[in-house]
Amino acid sequence: MTTSKPFVLGAVAYDAKVVPIWEGFKTYFDSHGLPFDFVLYSNYEKQVEAHLRGDIDCAWNSPLAWLEAERAAKQAGRTATAIAMRDTDCDLTSVVLVRSDGPIRELADLRGKRIGVGASDSPQATLIPLVALAEAGVEGHVVRHEVMVGKHGDHVGGERDAVKALLAGTVDAACIIDGNRLAFIREALFVPPAVRVVLQTAPYDHCNFTVLDGGPPATAKFRELLLGMSYDDERVRPLLDMEGLKVWKPGRTSGYALLERAIDRFGTIEPWLKSVA
Amino acid sequence: MNLDLGDLGLDEGAHLLVKRALAEAPEVVVRGTASTLVIDVPAWARAQGHTCTARDGGFVLVRGPDRWRTAERAGRAAAPEAVAPAHWGLAARGALVERGAPALDLPLATRAEVWADEAARLYAQASAAQWDPATAIPWDAPADHPAEVEDAVVQVMTYLIENETAALLVPARFLGRLHPHFREIMQLLAIQTADEARHVEVFTRRARLRRDVLGLSSAGGQASLATLFDEPDFAIASFLLSVLGEGSFLSLLWFLHRHGPDLCTREVARLAAQDEARHVAFGLAHLQRHVAEDPALRERLAAAIERRHTALAHTAGLNAEVFDALLLLAAGGWEPARLRAGHTAVVELQRDMDDGRRQRLVRLGFAPDQAAALSALHTRNFM
Ligand SMILES: [Fe+2]
Ligand SMILES: [Fe+2]
Repeated sequence: MTTSKPFVLGAVAYDAKVVPIWEGFKTYFDSHGLPFDFVLYSNYEKQVEAHLRGDIDCAWNSPLAWLEAERAAKQAGRTATAIAMRDTDCDLTSVVLVRSDGPIRELADLRGKRIGVGASDSPQATLIPLVALAEAGVEGHVVRHEVMVGKHGDHVGGERDAVKALLAGTVDAACIIDGNRLAFIREALFVPPAVRVVLQTAPYDHCNFTVLDGGPPATAKFRELLLGMSYDDERVRPLLDMEGLKVWKPGRTSGYALLERAIDRFGTIEPWLKSVA
Repeated sequence: MNLDLGDLGLDEGAHLLVKRALAEAPEVVVRGTASTLVIDVPAWARAQGHTCTARDGGFVLVRGPDRWRTAERAGRAAAPEAVAPAHWGLAARGALVERGAPALDLPLATRAEVWADEAARLYAQASAAQWDPATAIPWDAPADHPAEVEDAVVQVMTYLIENETAALLVPARFLGRLHPHFREIMQLLAIQTADEARHVEVFTRRARLRRDVLGLSSAGGQASLATLFDEPDFAIASFLLSVLGEGSFLSLLWFLHRHGPDLCTREVARLAAQDEARHVAFGLAHLQRHVAEDPALRERLAAAIERRHTALAHTAGLNAEVFDALLLLAAGGWEPARLRAGHTAVVELQRDMDDGRRQRLVRLGFAPDQAAALSALHTRNFM
């Protein structure tokens, strides 16, 4: 039975491994003098709404959920802050793939063609590559591969389906995050010469820990313990491995401009934003 | 350090070159002509935890955290350490072990308790000496002994199977508790249990050669084996089992080789005796080493014999049926002269067992009179 009021984190359960990850973090924080608990949500919108209500103290937000939290906070006269993020959340890019044996020779050839993307709310596999294409003057028929909508593309399945569609010829291009190109080659989804990259987006940032109005007093301790996690510590390393990072970095918000332009152009979160006003 | 990948892409194995360079230098400037480097190098570096900055058409990689930085060698491949920590787990001796592996429950983890320098040699010998029951034994050899002598053979085989089963299970239980850092001991115990499995096999097959029904299993015999089975201490268990029990069995098996009424019985006994000699040799070797390091062990071993003797005092010891079966087997028939010779042979067998036990006790450093007294207390069940 927990006696003192814990610091409560919200996270989205995009995979069963999310439970052992946060149970592990709970053990770490509890043993370092920060009573900690977590609540899992099935989608990011529910998590941001709970955060606004004060059900949780901090949210592990996707980049889109960060913008949702930031804008919803702003319209309520509040502030959202990104307090920490993974080293692997910084400076990602997305790429647009076409078949080497197909008719698409250059980017402009994609105009009006079928663009295979991931889930409709995936920043990396849908929103960001589509805005990058649009800003380069390329718009086409968007073919979405909806895997776990509400989870903002955290599940890799949408990107894999987009690439499968490209290989099957049902789309003319597939949009994925940069690192998945190597990952899909490793899992033998395609061989390198079969596919060409016609566009690489500008760098952007991914997830962050978000607090509202500075968060409760325990926020400072939470952040300090996070940033103090060392990959050399064998009790911590499995958690970092599972969550996909080597070191936690201070939060920064300079890497979300591309996604902001995307949601402004496509009106992605407008209806939701109105619903929480 | 500068690294030129030529036209090799990271999607074609170039990451090996980058890894090799970063192992040598904390900062590496990567260049190359593959068109996908601009995508793959930053993405790969990010996933590995290396920082990556584009500069002058190349990429400056700075080595990041490394899971092997705090790793620890599990001793040296050549020889074991005095103590094997649980967190080395199942790693090969001499491997570089990442911190954080689960600590297994392997309580037999000190060299003093388990080690014998002869282990590797005995294992090699055992591997080379494995025999195939199907071809090594003349199962079809003719037999013309009387039916009751065959019954005696079946009774002796029944008794042997029971004892071989104990000889299999006792080391198998310790094998599961032994730290695999002591690889040669693990291998030796494993092949020893395989030897015993084969003994169970051939004695069973010999028993059923001409009979469908096996012989008797006495409560006293099983009580004697139960004291071995329940012994939690490795040194005491191998002392009672290998040095005293299997040592006595060596005499018994050579007796059966000499007096068996048919070639098949004589051969199963001979082949089993060869294996048993190794089991006894290992028990003696690691206990000699152990008492040399810890002379107080000798007193614990002596106390164990006395304790076992007291525990078994109320049992009948070797059951009369086994004794009588050995006698009839050695006699080979009912003629008084044969029975007299058989009786003499069984009495000699017991004296031979006692001689062997006393010699082995002396090799463990017991004084001759103490060795004689302790040998006399050994279970009348032989094993
Ligand atoms: Fe045996
Ligand atoms: Fe044996």
